[in-house]
Amino acid sequence: MLNKIYDWVDERLDITPIWRDIADHEVPEHVNPAHHFSAFIYCFGGLTFFVTVIQILSGMFLTMYYTPDIENAWKSVFYLQNDVAFGELVRGMHHWGASLVIVMMFLHTLRVFFTGSYKKPRELNWIVGVLIFGVMLGLGFTGYLLPWDMKALFATKVGIEIAASVPFIGEQIKILLAGDSTILGAQTLTRFFAIHVFFLPAALLGLLAAHFIMIRRQGISGPL
Amino acid sequence: MSNKVSRRTFLSYTLMGTGGFMASAMLMPMIRFAIDPVLASAGGSDMIPTPQKAADLTETPVRVDYTIKDRQDAWYTSDESNTAWVYKEGDKVIALSPVCKHLGCTVNWEGDEHKNEFFCPCHAGRYKKNGDNIPGSPPLGPLDEFEVEVIDGFVYLGEVIPNTLV
Repeated sequence: MLNKIYDWVDERLDITPIWRDIADHEVPEHVNPAHHFSAFIYCFGGLTFFVTVIQILSGMFLTMYYTPDIENAWKSVFYLQNDVAFGELVRGMHHWGASLVIVMMFLHTLRVFFTGSYKKPRELNWIVGVLIFGVMLGLGFTGYLLPWDMKALFATKVGIEIAASVPFIGEQIKILLAGDSTILGAQTLTRFFAIHVFFLPAALLGLLAAHFIMIRRQGISGPL
Repeated sequence: MSNKVSRRTFLSYTLMGTGGFMASAMLMPMIRFAIDPVLASAGGSDMIPTPQKAADLTETPVRVDYTIKDRQDAWYTSDESNTAWVYKEGDKVIALSPVCKHLGCTVNWEGDEHKNEFFCPCHAGRYKKNGDNIPGSPPLGPLDEFEVEVIDGFVYLGEVIPNTLV
């Protein structure tokens, strides 16, 4: 049945070369844990991506209940966690996944560093990777405020003061982030929400695409 | 055995099975989370007091506005104002829902000069006094009814139920 549908579409649109080009590629022996178990260190990049997919999915579902408003943010989080079926689990996935994605990304960075994979001709991919690292930290920072509890509020106060310590334009950065020169409140929350669910994920997807296209172009770096 | 399972088929089934199991373990909680409102059971409502005295009612429907206190909408609590058309049929107090059964607008007693009828201004839906929809006008069913109780002389309204008069 599925094969017939596939053949019907393929006959008309010739889709086989498209997915072949994406999915069909050689995994060299030195990165395959089936050959050398120590090659599991090559899995951290893929694991980072896997956790990122969980983050995107669980985040999409959380916004079905979450309200980015100072009156209702905490209440809506409390409601979705305690009154909605599996709410604790879905929020838990997003909460723990947020830390896990940083851990995986750090391990991936260590592997790339110690195998020297960042060297010519892969310098550009290292740079894109560092940008992804920055976007991920930004996602962590903006997401931390959203439950709007005391921990979130004071962590963000500190974070914004750190941003304000940038020479010359620190004050402007602070106002840009908080939406107000003195208050960390209603406008900060809506801004952080917009940055967390629209701006940074869009940037992340673009950078990830660049990251993966470059890997396919250049192949996985050779054995040590 | 004529149709032996090849190594490739076995491996692809195993991989698909494991992958499918892992994907569903990930997606199942999220989907259950999303469809929770569909599966949630509607809580029965209490009898709500209205300012209408049962003794003041006649055979002519009157509009009764009342307030449902502390109405819970997920994380938001508010007082909700509601309306019913109430009249007396012999000794029995009858309260009809003003929500038109066509597309949910609000009906009026004798609106737009329609004598002795409920009238919906949106698409000219018409109902008899007992809520029965008049054939040839848009509604496909009669107006809903409220559960009614008279306590200490005042009309109390409960859940909305399908019309029992028609």
